[in-house]
Amino acid sequence: MCHALPVKIIALTGSDTAKVSLGGIVKEISVALIDDPQPGEYVVLHVGYALAKIDEAEAERTLALLAAEGSDVVAEFTAPKPAVEAS
Amino acid sequence: MKHLDEYRDAETARRLATSIHREASPTRRYRLMEFCGGHTHAIFRYGLEDLLHTNIEMVHGPGCPVCVLPIGRLDMAIRLSKRKGVTLASYGDMLRVPGSKGQSLLKAKADGADIRMVYSTLDAIRLAEANPDRDVIFFAIGFETTTPPTALAIEAASKKQLENFSVFCNHVLTPSAIAAILEAPAVRELDRVAIDGFLGPAHVSVVIGSQPYEFFAEEYRKPVVISGFEPIDVLQSILMLVRQLNEGRAEVENQYIRAVTRDGNLRAKQVVSRVFELRRDFEWRGLGHIPYSALRIKDEYAAFDAERRFNEPYVPSEGTKSCECPAILRGARKPTDCRLFGRACTPETPLGSCMVSSEGACAAYYSYGRMREPAQ
Repeated sequence: MCHALPVKIIALTGSDTAKVSLGGIVKEISVALIDDPQPGEYVVLHVGYALAKIDEAEAERTLALLAAEGSDVVAEFTAPKPAVEAS
Repeated sequence: MKHLDEYRDAETARRLATSIHREASPTRRYRLMEFCGGHTHAIFRYGLEDLLHTNIEMVHGPGCPVCVLPIGRLDMAIRLSKRKGVTLASYGDMLRVPGSKGQSLLKAKADGADIRMVYSTLDAIRLAEANPDRDVIFFAIGFETTTPPTALAIEAASKKQLENFSVFCNHVLTPSAIAAILEAPAVRELDRVAIDGFLGPAHVSVVIGSQPYEFFAEEYRKPVVISGFEPIDVLQSILMLVRQLNEGRAEVENQYIRAVTRDGNLRAKQVVSRVFELRRDFEWRGLGHIPYSALRIKDEYAAFDAERRFNEPYVPSEGTKSCECPAILRGARKPTDCRLFGRACTPETPLGSCMVSSEGACAAYYSYGRMREPAQ
């Protein structure tokens, strides 16, 4: 019920409606609940309404944190293999 | 797909799990309640419990609107749907939930009631416009995510003078449910659940922001981490909770920064406050009566309130005997503790709401966790 999906706005179709795409599936939704929707932006879609924009900078920050998390451990697991000597 | 695939990456999950293993103290327990059914499903669907040590226990919360709606309210919807000239529009999740006397909306539909499944309140409005001779009632349920769409629909109906449209309002409030778990007498008398921290809702918080949880962190000294619904989000949030508990902190942290701010969505909050006001009392399945835990339609929009328009009374009703849904919703029991689970009660023949909804804990256990081997 509270599930929502990140979708991309492809075009504004009215004063508070927009066409969005989720992996190629296109649908018309209401953007009445968000400020200044723009094509190209990602929004959180829930029961036919965009609930919020996805903040690209914060998404990048999350991914950067995730990339750093436990990276030392991975280094242990994926230690470089000894070079194969040329025969 | 962007903003989805990167949060389902197995390699990242393994690294997060390794960090949780390293940092969680083997000498203490971490009892973490995931409030939302959406989190419960992510945990089971992606097998996240198998990545965690047994001293990290996920307690499933009541954040499933279909599950917490008391049978008496569903009975009201069924009675409304059987009235002459009425078309009841409902989100699909509600149709198979068992009401009193073996009734359900699906059975009422089979008996001739005009019940339509809708994806959005926009569809319900369209239904009313296309059928001016029918009284279209939208069966509104849900936490703070579905409330703004219902409010917009009521405003739109008012603007369009759509007199054959009304809303049977059952919207409930997340902070009230969390408070009930932490302190309500009804819950305390039944069985107190020990919880060390909360995984906070993703999309509810998109609307209400992270600010409402600050009270729980301060007053009850329970850390809260607002978490996205993808498996990587959940693992990262568990790690954040483990760190807070290790350091003796009880703060509200936000893992889902890509969509949640401290204040939430102001536009959505404004439309909700224009149309709705607090209900003095609302009964929840499993949590009992909680004061000021739900919303009702303001007098200004009384013409669109199906409860007032049709004068339909609330009659409390008990569920199936030996169905453990109420205790499961409080986090006091697990689905597998229920005698009916997987025997008389399955997703095909549900006896309780937790087996019906795609967010119910019983449905999650049945779909993904039933054959799970106990940890060695």
